[in-house]
Amino acid sequence: MSAEWNLVLVQSAYLVAGILFIFSLKWMNSPQSARRGVWAGVWAMVLGVGGTLLNPAVAVSSLPWIAVAVMLGGLIGVPLSKVPLTAVPQRTALSHAFGGLAAGLVGTAKYYLWLHEGGQNLTTFRMFAISAEVILGFLTFTGSLMAAGKLQEILPGRPITFRGQLLLNFLTLAGAIGCGAALMINPQLSFLFPLLIIFSLAFGIMLIIPIGGADMPTVIALLNAYAGLSAVAMGFVLDNQILVIAGALDGSSGLILSIIMCKAMNRSFTNVLFGAFGSVQDSAGAQTSGAVKSASPAEAAEIMEQADSVVIVPGYGMAVAQAQHRVRELYDQLIKRGIKVKFAVHPVAGRMPGHMNVLLAEADIPYDDLIEMDEINPEMPQVDVVLVLGANDVVNPAAKNNPKSPIHGMPIIEADRAKTVLAVKRSMKPGFAGIDNELYTMDKTLMVFGDAKAVVGDMAKALSGDSGMH
Amino acid sequence: MIPLLAAAEPPALSSYLPLIFIFVLATFIGLDVIRNVSRLLHTPLMSLTNAISAVVIVGAILVAGPQVSSEHPLWITVVGLVAIAAASVNIVSGFLITNRMLKMFKTREKEKKG
Repeated sequence: MSAEWNLVLVQSAYLVAGILFIFSLKWMNSPQSARRGVWAGVWAMVLGVGGTLLNPAVAVSSLPWIAVAVMLGGLIGVPLSKVPLTAVPQRTALSHAFGGLAAGLVGTAKYYLWLHEGGQNLTTFRMFAISAEVILGFLTFTGSLMAAGKLQEILPGRPITFRGQLLLNFLTLAGAIGCGAALMINPQLSFLFPLLIIFSLAFGIMLIIPIGGADMPTVIALLNAYAGLSAVAMGFVLDNQILVIAGALDGSSGLILSIIMCKAMNRSFTNVLFGAFGSVQDSAGAQTSGAVKSASPAEAAEIMEQADSVVIVPGYGMAVAQAQHRVRELYDQLIKRGIKVKFAVHPVAGRMPGHMNVLLAEADIPYDDLIEMDEINPEMPQVDVVLVLGANDVVNPAAKNNPKSPIHGMPIIEADRAKTVLAVKRSMKPGFAGIDNELYTMDKTLMVFGDAKAVVGDMAKALSGDSGMH
Repeated sequence: MIPLLAAAEPPALSSYLPLIFIFVLATFIGLDVIRNVSRLLHTPLMSLTNAISAVVIVGAILVAGPQVSSEHPLWITVVGLVAIAAASVNIVSGFLITNRMLKMFKTREKEKKG
C-alpha cells in the first residue's frame, strides 16, 4: 500500500472514530439511548486503535508485545469493572490515575526520544505541548491516587491543612511550570525534565491533601477534565487528530460536571481547591439549640403509612450503610398502599456526580421516580412526609435563612417546607460542614436514630407486618 | 499534517493551526453535547469519559510501536508498553462498568414487565 493511501485510510478511521465518540456522549442524554452510546464508544476506540496499528511507524514485530500489554491491562480492568456500586467513586478516581500515568509516560518517552535524535525536533511549540502533557498527566496520576485513597478510606478523608500550605502548593506548581518554560527556551537542559516530573507528581499529592470527602464530586470531575486535557496535549505532541478530539470531549465533560458541582454547593473552583472547607467550622462544635424529638422506626413507618405522598432524600449516609436495597423494600411497601413515593436527588449528594441515581437504580427503583432538586422543590409544601436518609447539609435550611452560615447560598432540597420531616441519622453529630442543622429541631421533625440500613429495614418490616390492617 | 512519516524538518508553528481548529471546535461540540446529558446518568457519563480518555493508548502505541534500534532505545518501548497497559485498564473497565450501570436504569413500565 502506498504511503498516500495508508495516510488516507488511517485518517478516515480517525474521522469515523471522532464522529462515533461524539455520538457516544450524545446518546447519554437519555437512559433509553445510553447503552447505544457505550457501543458507539467501543467502536470508536476499536477504529482509533486499529487505525493507529496501520501506521507504518508501528513495526509488525512490536504487535505481539502490544497485544500482551493490552491483555495485561484487560486483566486488571475486568475486576475493576465489577466493584460494588458504592465503590464507583474510588474506581473512577483510580481510572483517572491510570489515564494520567499513561499520558505522562508517553510525554516523557517522546521527549527523550527526540532528545536522543539530537533535539532538532524539540521545537518550542512541541516542548510546550510535552510540558503541558507531562504536568497534567502526572498531577492527575498522583492526585487521583490520593482521591481514591481518601474515598477508600485508606487515607484520612478529613481535609489536612497546615501553615504555609498554600504557599508551598503554589511554589511546587511554579517549579513545574518554571521547568517547562526553561525547557521551551532550551530543550537541551535535560536535567530539568526529571525535576518537571517530580514537581508535577508532588503537586498532584498536595492539591488533594487539603480537600475533604464532601468536595470529592467536584475534585473527581476536575481530575476528569485534567485527564482529557493531557490527552489533548498529547495530540499536539504527536500531531494526532483523534487524541485532540477525544481529549477535548473528555475535557469539556469534566469541566461541565465540575461547574455543576460547584454551583450546587454555591462555591467557586478556587474555594474548593484551596478552601479546605470544614476545617474551620470544626471548632465551633455542635450545640443544638431546641429540643429534638425522636421516634422509633415502627412509629416512623406508621406516620408514612398515613401519608398520601412521601419524598425520600438520600445522601452519602445511604451509600455508606449500603441501605439502597432496604430502601427498595420500603418503597415497595409504600407503593403497595397507593402512596406516591419520589426520591429527591441533590446534585452533590454522595461522593461523585450522579452517585445516588446509580445506587437507587441498582436497587431497581425506576428512574422516573428519581427527581432533581429544582423539580421537586416547588412540590415540597404539598408533600406529607419527607424521609431524610443519610443526607444532612443538602437539606439544611440555614443555607437559605442564615447569612452567617458557611453554606449560605447553597441550593438545598427544601425538606423543611414539607408537612412532616423524618430524619434518619446515626447521632446528632453535625454533617460534613460541621454546622448545626435546624431542620432537626423543627416542630414537625422527628429523628429516627440508628444505622440507615437497619432503620429502613425495620420500617419496611413494620409495614409488611401489618399490611392487612389498612 | 503528516504524522505518519518522520519528517526531516520539524513542523512550523503554522502547521499546527488545523489541529488548533479541531481542538476548539471539538470543545464546543463537547460542551454542547455534555450539557444535554441527563443528570441521572452523570456517574455512567464519568466512567464512559474515563474509557474515552483512554484514547491515549493511540499515543502509547506510537511510542511502543517502532522497531527497537539505536534511534529507538528499548526503554522507550517499555515505557510505551506500560502506558498501553495503563490505558487498556481504563478501556476495559470503563466500558464494562458503564454498560453494567446503564443496564440498571429502568422505567416503571419495564419494571412491571420484569
